[in-house]
Amino acid sequence: MKAPIYIYYQLDNYYQNHRRYVKSRSDKQLRYGLQYNDTSSCIPEESNDGLPIVPCGLISWSLFNDTYSFFRGTDELRINRKNIAWKSDRDHKFGKHVFPFNFQNGTLIGGAMLDPNVPLSDQEDLIVWMRTAALPSFRKLYGKIEEDLEANDVISIYFLNNYNTYSFGGRKKLVLSTASWLGGRNNFLGMAYIAIGSCLIVLALVFILLHVKNPRPYGDAMYVSWNWKGIPN
Amino acid sequence: MVKASGKRKQRIKWSKLYTFSCLNPRTTDNDAPNQQLLGQPGFSRVVFCNQPELHKIKPHKYPSNYVSTTKYNFMTFLPRALFEQFRRVANLYFLLGAALSIPKLAPFSPESMITPLVFVVGISMLKEAIEDWSRFLQDMDVNSRKVKVHSRNGYFVEKTWKELSVGDVVKVNKNEYFPSDLLLLSSSYEDGVCYVETMNLDGETNLKLKRSLEATLSLDDDVEYTKFQATIHCEDPNPNLYSFVGNLEFNNGTYPLSPTQILLRDSKLRNTEYVYGVVIFSGPDAKAVRNSTRSPSKRSRVERRLDYLIYVLFLLLVMMSVVTSIGSALVLKSEADMWWYLRLQENADSPFKPSKPVTSFFLQFVRSLILYGYLIPISLYVSIEVVKVLQAMLINKDMRMYDGLSGKAVEARTSNINEELGQVEMILSDKTGTLTCNQMEFRKCSIEGISYGGEINEVDLAASRRMNVDVERYRISIDGSDSTGQSIEMFEYSVAEADAKQAVLGCDHAIENSDIEHRRIPASGKEPTIKGFNFRDDRLMDKMWIHGSNAHDMIMFFRVMALCHTGIPVEDGNSKRLKYEAESPEEITFLIAAQEFGFKFCQRTQSVMFLQELEPSSGIEVKREYKLLNLLEFNSARKRMSVIVSNEAGEIFLFCKGADNIIFDRLADNGRIYQQATTAHLSNYAEDGLRTMLFAYKKIEVVEYESWNTLFTKAKATVGTEREELLEHASEMIEKDLFLLGAVAVEDKLQKGVPQCIDKLAQAGLKLWLLTGDKRETAMNIGFACSLLRHDMKQFHLVLSKEAESSHQLKAVEEDILSQIRNSYQEIVKGNKKDVPSALTVDGKAMEVALRSEISNQFLQLAVMCDSVICCRVSPKQKALIARLVKEYTGKTTLAIGDGANDVGMIQEADIGVGISGMEGMQAVMASDFSLPQFYFLERLLIVHGHWCYKRISKMILYFIYKNVAFGLTLFYNEIYSNFSGDDLYDDWYMVLFNVLLTSLPVIALGVLEQDVSADVCLQFPALYQQGQRNICFSWKRIFGWILNATLSSVAIFTVTIYILSPAALRQDGKVADLAHIGTIMYTCVIWIVNCQIALIVTHFTWITHVLIWGSILCWYIFLVLYGMLLPEHSQGGFHILIEAIGTAPMYWIVTFLVVVVTLLPYFIFSIIQRSFYPMDDQVIQEIKYGRTDVSNKPMWLREQQNSRKRTQIGFSARVDAKIRHLKERLHRTKK
Repeated sequence: MKAPIYIYYQLDNYYQNHRRYVKSRSDKQLRYGLQYNDTSSCIPEESNDGLPIVPCGLISWSLFNDTYSFFRGTDELRINRKNIAWKSDRDHKFGKHVFPFNFQNGTLIGGAMLDPNVPLSDQEDLIVWMRTAALPSFRKLYGKIEEDLEANDVISIYFLNNYNTYSFGGRKKLVLSTASWLGGRNNFLGMAYIAIGSCLIVLALVFILLHVKNPRPYGDAMYVSWNWKGIPN
Repeated sequence: MVKASGKRKQRIKWSKLYTFSCLNPRTTDNDAPNQQLLGQPGFSRVVFCNQPELHKIKPHKYPSNYVSTTKYNFMTFLPRALFEQFRRVANLYFLLGAALSIPKLAPFSPESMITPLVFVVGISMLKEAIEDWSRFLQDMDVNSRKVKVHSRNGYFVEKTWKELSVGDVVKVNKNEYFPSDLLLLSSSYEDGVCYVETMNLDGETNLKLKRSLEATLSLDDDVEYTKFQATIHCEDPNPNLYSFVGNLEFNNGTYPLSPTQILLRDSKLRNTEYVYGVVIFSGPDAKAVRNSTRSPSKRSRVERRLDYLIYVLFLLLVMMSVVTSIGSALVLKSEADMWWYLRLQENADSPFKPSKPVTSFFLQFVRSLILYGYLIPISLYVSIEVVKVLQAMLINKDMRMYDGLSGKAVEARTSNINEELGQVEMILSDKTGTLTCNQMEFRKCSIEGISYGGEINEVDLAASRRMNVDVERYRISIDGSDSTGQSIEMFEYSVAEADAKQAVLGCDHAIENSDIEHRRIPASGKEPTIKGFNFRDDRLMDKMWIHGSNAHDMIMFFRVMALCHTGIPVEDGNSKRLKYEAESPEEITFLIAAQEFGFKFCQRTQSVMFLQELEPSSGIEVKREYKLLNLLEFNSARKRMSVIVSNEAGEIFLFCKGADNIIFDRLADNGRIYQQATTAHLSNYAEDGLRTMLFAYKKIEVVEYESWNTLFTKAKATVGTEREELLEHASEMIEKDLFLLGAVAVEDKLQKGVPQCIDKLAQAGLKLWLLTGDKRETAMNIGFACSLLRHDMKQFHLVLSKEAESSHQLKAVEEDILSQIRNSYQEIVKGNKKDVPSALTVDGKAMEVALRSEISNQFLQLAVMCDSVICCRVSPKQKALIARLVKEYTGKTTLAIGDGANDVGMIQEADIGVGISGMEGMQAVMASDFSLPQFYFLERLLIVHGHWCYKRISKMILYFIYKNVAFGLTLFYNEIYSNFSGDDLYDDWYMVLFNVLLTSLPVIALGVLEQDVSADVCLQFPALYQQGQRNICFSWKRIFGWILNATLSSVAIFTVTIYILSPAALRQDGKVADLAHIGTIMYTCVIWIVNCQIALIVTHFTWITHVLIWGSILCWYIFLVLYGMLLPEHSQGGFHILIEAIGTAPMYWIVTFLVVVVTLLPYFIFSIIQRSFYPMDDQVIQEIKYGRTDVSNKPMWLREQQNSRKRTQIGFSARVDAKIRHLKERLHRTKK
């Protein structure tokens, strides 16, 4: 595999698109931090002990917290975990001067902790996680391996299984993938194009055949309803 | 001299002139029992004449003369108009949605729900308000007309109509309308008669004679009213135009009143200088007002079907919502604990409380109802309103429907039912003022067995021309290779026996000597120089007739014309020619014609008539005096009129004119010289729709006259029941042994283009029924003139037999009519097998019986079978009733067209009401949905605009449903993938813009600009119109086809996008697509698909269509860019989305392309199969017109136009066809 190799974690049967979940965030708080204190949309993860939570809401609260480390043989593969989020998110949506505050301090701890000294714009795991997926099974970018992997290389992965997916029978997957100009590997696209293309060719042949066997002369007046009696069977 | 004659003219006692007017029904016997009713309930009205102040207080307070035809007033407008609006199911649904959005139950903001609703309802209400306002202005106009009212001491002052009150004495002048129902007191004529034109009430053109009581005759001057007081007891207000029960207490006497003394509102005083009358019924009590009905709101067939479609969609919507909400409740109940990251257990919003699945079910249900509301788009109604207004503008602005003479154009007064114009199957037409101009013209005459004024008519001309063309065509086809046996045969007898053909056609000399003929046929297009005289024949005009061989009979003919009438001459300004006034318009044309031929009737005194005659021997004009001895009046039973005059030499003549059979029965043996020739001419004239009359005379010996006169005077003096009989007998004695002189033919002039228009409409498969208040003969004349009737048609007449009528027994009358209906029906069924055309004529009285509920079905069954139906002497109420019954019985779209107040009921009752705006009187126009300045615009209005509008609206609605169902279903599929949580896949802004900006404009372009074929082709192939009649463009098959297509499209869009984009990376840099990306990509696909789909549907592209369709797609990308540039807190997921994320991903474009191709494939395949194997008429015609290399193949083009004409039996072309058949048969016979 040629670099860059993308590392994804995949969750199945995880409803990031649930309405209650999707809505439970505050874009303004993410951008302006504590200056912005109307966080009613973040219910039920709005405040703790009377103090606001930054970043608030269920999405950030349930931040994915499994960690992975990769070894080729005994050498640890360096994983680049920078630039895995959209640039616009880092530059504009998540404030450079907004730091986590009062996060995961409640009785219930959902997912990962955040380093209160790193601004949100640099918390790329969070940024990636906050891009809610459209479907119940989704992949999210974890990092990039920036060296080629050869055939027959043995990769061993150590991971901390922190994130609870047992309660809802969700499965976790780890995906290593390269990407072409068309994005990741995608059989469906190719199959769809081939299927539709051949379908069209068959149709074209069928219509040509029908036309040759049983032609309707172009603009033949016999086909007008008032002349129907004249059409030979 | 002139003045003296003018004075005398007015003082002629009409009762003396009209010897027979004593025959006018004096129904005292019948009235007697009615008189007893007075004072009973229903007959309790009391009017104190000349004491209007008594009617200002109870108990005799009656409504003022203010008449209102508006639907609303200031107070009631808002509640009533709102009520009307929310009777539409869809509006109610939208209101519910808006209400739910306020407590945040709905997924959208309240503004986005309420604004479009207010817009839709507001526009409709505004339209209502404007229409009502114009009705109000019309009312104001009528209510503020002026009339002279007696104030006191014999002074009359002008007041507006609305200020009148019951009991007022009014003076109405010539040609003024009566302001309310009046009791006639006296008139400018000594004997208290006056003439009334009741065209607005019953459409009859001849004037009605009204007569005051003898007791009030003396009240004929202003001053007489100083002390006048009387009391009227009469019936309560009712809508019956032809009855009145009451009596007058005056000068200690009680006199019974009858309808003869009643002058009705909406009728007009004619030929009488002034009348005095007392107001009996004012304002809303007047009989004419009671006859009017409120204008109903009309909805088109397409729109009514749309209602059902909305029900279907609503059902689908409810089903989807139920699935969603059940899903949501079940998931919550069973699996809520599993989703720890949702933290449903603690302070969850009510839709997601696992403890309360029922509440959750309910709330999710409400939410989904509104979320999937795209299935029932409010914008559909907005777009329909907008499209219809634009369509109406196009109709109004069509220059081909602009009448330069009157400066008026077609006006779509309500735009609600444009598309209904494309589905009309039945036209109910008024006669006078609609088909005819209410103008008589002298056209032809037959004197001494020679016909003058042109011999051939247009049908013969057209037939002979067509036969010649046929000959040419067959000649060509013989030259060509594909000749058939039949055509050879045809060729043989057409060419080889040209002589025979010439003999049969009998008009070829006309073509050869076209020069002469031109001088003999009146120019059909041009207006005649003399009004009422459209006659050209160089043998008669300019005194040329005096060179003829038998001048004596010719002179007698002209004398009959000039003397046998009831007319009076009037000076016509500076012109040397005189004008005339008479009871019937035919008489006027006779007098004008006589004047042209040199027999000018110039003066009438009580007993003497003066003629200025042309002396044939010398060629100079001589003034002669004729003493009027007796006048035997015309009436519908006698069907003849005679005058007995003596000339200066003391010779006594009887001049008689009358209907053909009546006169033929009374000819002397030696008076039948010209009978055969005249009969032939008569049938020709009648076939052309001319009204004919025979002229005859006889010379009476003085002795004979004296003895007869004593008898006649005695009969006249008789009092009692046998008087009528005696008079009848006396007249029979003298009106016999006549000498036939000839016949005259008068044309009831048709409006411009009427025959051609009817012809085209008939070819388009429309049926035309003629409903007129006029008498049968007149109606049938017009039937012939419009080619609704032909002589080879089987004609049925539904008339009450005399016995049945006199028996007064309902049972007997019903039996009589029923048996007539059954017999006719049997015959038609028999005839239909042999393809015999049939026509039905119904008389008003018979109609009244036939329309009773028990018989009406059988009557309508018969009437619908007939090729043409003519109803004569029908009242306005009956017209409305017919319109309703026909509409209900046949279930077909009915159009009523008329011009007068008597057509208002019918216009309102029919599916589409059309008013003719040419003439005076705006009632019909005010009640109508479309107003035309000319009847013949109907052709273009229906066949072009109706056809287009129908197709446009159908296509538009179907497409609208398609795009919204396709879009709405993708939302539903998303629910399945998101645990039924009720989340929306798309950004709120995308959702709002979908129907507002991104897909709305192309639909409007489709609805306004779409054409299947151009206007000319529509007119050339009227048969295309039948697509609308069969409703093939908005059939349930099509509707469900489109819903299916939409479902397929939505599935294709959703699955293809989802499976391609998830879960693999979207871009080369490994980033995956999230909710916002997938939503946006899917939305892009939707926008592309709905806009490409409309491009597939549109058959008539204009630059506007192109700009709007492709512009909409472009608009979407522009929006995305701009939206992405907003601050992230506003744009949320849409921030930099196109530029950074999807626009730069090749995958995005590839997916879009694939989805568009896949989604449009089903429709594309369908339309190819449909077009290549089951083409529709318009498609074939499009191909012929635009695709064929041999478009120049004119004969083929013309042949198809011929074939396309529906096999119809009415109309000019059908008549020409019949004529040709007839001629061919005769050719065959001569050949043998």
